[in-house]
Amino acid sequence: MSDCLGEWCERIREAVARGHQLAIVGGASKDFYGRPWSEACSARLSTLAHSGIVDYEPSELSLTARAGTPLAEIEAALASQGQMLAFEPPHFAGGATLGGAIAAGLSGPRRAAAGAARDFVLGAKIIDGRGQPLAFGGRVMKNVAGYDVSRLLAGSLGTLGLITEVSLKVLPLPAASLSLRLAASQGRALELMNDWAGRALPITASAWEDAGEGGALTLRLAGSRAAVRAAQRELGGETLELEQAGAYWRHLRDQRAPFFDAAPTLWRLSLDSTTPPLDLPGTTLIEWGGALRWLRADADHKTMHAAMMAIGKGAHATLFCASLEARAAGVFQPLGSPLLALHRELKRRFDPAGVLNPGRMYAEF
Amino acid sequence: MMDAERKADSRQAGVSAAAIAALSAILPRRCLLAAAEERRPYECDGLTAFRQLPDLVLLPETEAQLIAVLKLCHQLKLPVVARGAGTGLSGGATPVAAGVVLSLAKFMTILEIDPLARTARVQPGVRNLAISEAAAPYGLYYAPDPSSQIACTIGGNIAENAGGVHCLKYGLTVHNVIGLRVATMAGEVLEIGGAALDAPGYDLLALLIGSEGMLGVVLEATVKLTPKPLLARVLMASFAEVAQAGRAVAAIIGAGIIPAGLEMMDRAATAAVEAFVHAGYDLEAETILLAESDGTPEEVGDEIEAMRKVLEDSGASEVRVSRDEAERLKFWAGRKAAFPAVGRITPDYICMDGTIPRKHIAAMLTRIQEFSREFGLRCANVFHAGDGNLHPLIMFDASQPGELERATAFGTRILELSVEMGGTITGEHGVGIEKVQQMCAQFSATELELFRGIKSAFDPFALLNPGKVVPTPRRCSEYRLTGSAK
Repeated sequence: MSDCLGEWCERIREAVARGHQLAIVGGASKDFYGRPWSEACSARLSTLAHSGIVDYEPSELSLTARAGTPLAEIEAALASQGQMLAFEPPHFAGGATLGGAIAAGLSGPRRAAAGAARDFVLGAKIIDGRGQPLAFGGRVMKNVAGYDVSRLLAGSLGTLGLITEVSLKVLPLPAASLSLRLAASQGRALELMNDWAGRALPITASAWEDAGEGGALTLRLAGSRAAVRAAQRELGGETLELEQAGAYWRHLRDQRAPFFDAAPTLWRLSLDSTTPPLDLPGTTLIEWGGALRWLRADADHKTMHAAMMAIGKGAHATLFCASLEARAAGVFQPLGSPLLALHRELKRRFDPAGVLNPGRMYAEF
Repeated sequence: MMDAERKADSRQAGVSAAAIAALSAILPRRCLLAAAEERRPYECDGLTAFRQLPDLVLLPETEAQLIAVLKLCHQLKLPVVARGAGTGLSGGATPVAAGVVLSLAKFMTILEIDPLARTARVQPGVRNLAISEAAAPYGLYYAPDPSSQIACTIGGNIAENAGGVHCLKYGLTVHNVIGLRVATMAGEVLEIGGAALDAPGYDLLALLIGSEGMLGVVLEATVKLTPKPLLARVLMASFAEVAQAGRAVAAIIGAGIIPAGLEMMDRAATAAVEAFVHAGYDLEAETILLAESDGTPEEVGDEIEAMRKVLEDSGASEVRVSRDEAERLKFWAGRKAAFPAVGRITPDYICMDGTIPRKHIAAMLTRIQEFSREFGLRCANVFHAGDGNLHPLIMFDASQPGELERATAFGTRILELSVEMGGTITGEHGVGIEKVQQMCAQFSATELELFRGIKSAFDPFALLNPGKVVPTPRRCSEYRLTGSAK
């Protein structure tokens, strides 16, 4: 395995020397996400060969694995010990790896209740843009020695370093889980989800969809048996069959639900969960208690970004799925000038020659 | 060595009269402390062993003044140390010679509580506990609860990524702050995150939180509020052997339980505490564990019973459950008063903050007892056992020649052992100036170089809190010559 790391260090140094750029790829399950690699990015560096769980001790609540390890393998190992990745990373079409999950920084249905991918990162090993192996953080729950580089990597789309190993905090699987479905309009569903989130209810996922007659709100309750039963009684609605419920949340996580089938252009809007229904064209699916809104619409960048600016409080739009040309024009909400300058400076510290996934996040770096 | 450093510092030119005049043009007289007796309270933070009288203390009252001060200091290349309540334990707010202290004490306004969105927008000088008090009418609170929460400010919590006794379940500051408005050393304002989740671009919140005031000055923070659990109860278990308590901690986690709090205290700590607050601790026990459960009454009932069984199976000689809220608070009062309680029985103490994998807790305690004999100094141990975060309190008398040096050497041994065991030199108190040296044990030269790079991306002239956290290459090569380093 260490051969592989030595070889990658060498490849990065060589790319620097020759002025090449490298496209870092794991399971290629998220190739559709982010700005496309530039034409100059001819060489692919696959992490798949660097695979396997390095350390997993259930009573330490931490797991360390190499970047190329399939998420499915990690989740199976955790499940056999009654544990899970609480941020529920999407697998999409399958084959997703740990390195890719952290580089993309995406979280699934449990995000609003449990936290994001970055919240569970304890440590990481990387190779920087000079071809140097570096290690940050560790395997313990608390660590404030130096700047938190390992969390910074989550969502950096491989632009700061080639992630080679990650340590994560893991959590016990809930003792009980069940899913409910209630009829509710979008506005009513948003009110309910925000109201419930302010009370100690064991809601670990929520999704509202336009279901013909006004819409349906699906909730997942998980926790101790007593708490789940009490919440079920209080919230009412129809209880889903266990298998049906499992499939529903898995399909939502991986975007295999019918909502995601239709139009090719998909916007992902992150905003204050209490924001009322948006006055934007297209169809909507809401997750995370109102904080995440998927919008299937052929809206242009300018319209969407302006709509987010108008909402404020950090609201931002991502062009999640679209044609190559549309994605090349920009995927993420544009950064203000001081923030953009800071991003370029940071990129320069990690990858001075710009060899690692340049332009994958923003065209400017 | 410290005295030598201090003398070297005093040889440097102080803040010039011209600089003071320029700052006086920005700030009203009451916001500028120049007399020695006014500056004296700022000469150290909670790490009182290190002191440096600042040349000038500035207490701006408005954001415009604060930004103008930063711009001017940037222009004059004047070092700035931002300061909250000064309760930090690692010297993160220790002033630097020929620099100014920038106190955020006047930024005490809670700007907004949004009960429906479960967020609070606050200024940096707002006290940690004040946020929870303001949120209480809505059944909400701010989860991270460092022991100093009555006094410490959210700005300082952000700088240090503060934890507390409930962070295994509810997270650290980095998990509970969702937006920041920050000024850079150049006086530029950055808006990062907000009520919306997962801001675009790099996760600058992760970088800024825990950056010990070296990357920016917090102007405003948006924090997450958590619904108050309906009920909380705490178990207190006594153990005759440290190893049993260590195994009990692993067994609770292994049973799929994430307690709201899981704390360990050794006999030296309970003795000091009992004399101080009369918390009802078992003084016969070698170690006691406090394990808290919170949630709905049904959940708490189930979890308390499950934990009681694990504790008894692990060999606890006695297990008590808090009967009511008053008793629960009494059990915790002892733990929260541990530092001042130890302060009563010794002229001086230093508090270590290493974190290790939980499985090594018993082995670490045994080694600490050996170090205690070796260095001839007493040590009381309070641990955030659920997180593997240690707080050995090494007792000494600074007036006795050589005791401070022995205490420091004792602490260094604990930190190096923490790294060897797969842990870290600091779990929640920060590196500050106290542990700059030990950073060389945890990080390689190239890793430290990247830290310097990150610092320079925010603050190219290294004016904001200089000399903290990241050691100079020279300091590390000296350390490597004398000690065990990475």
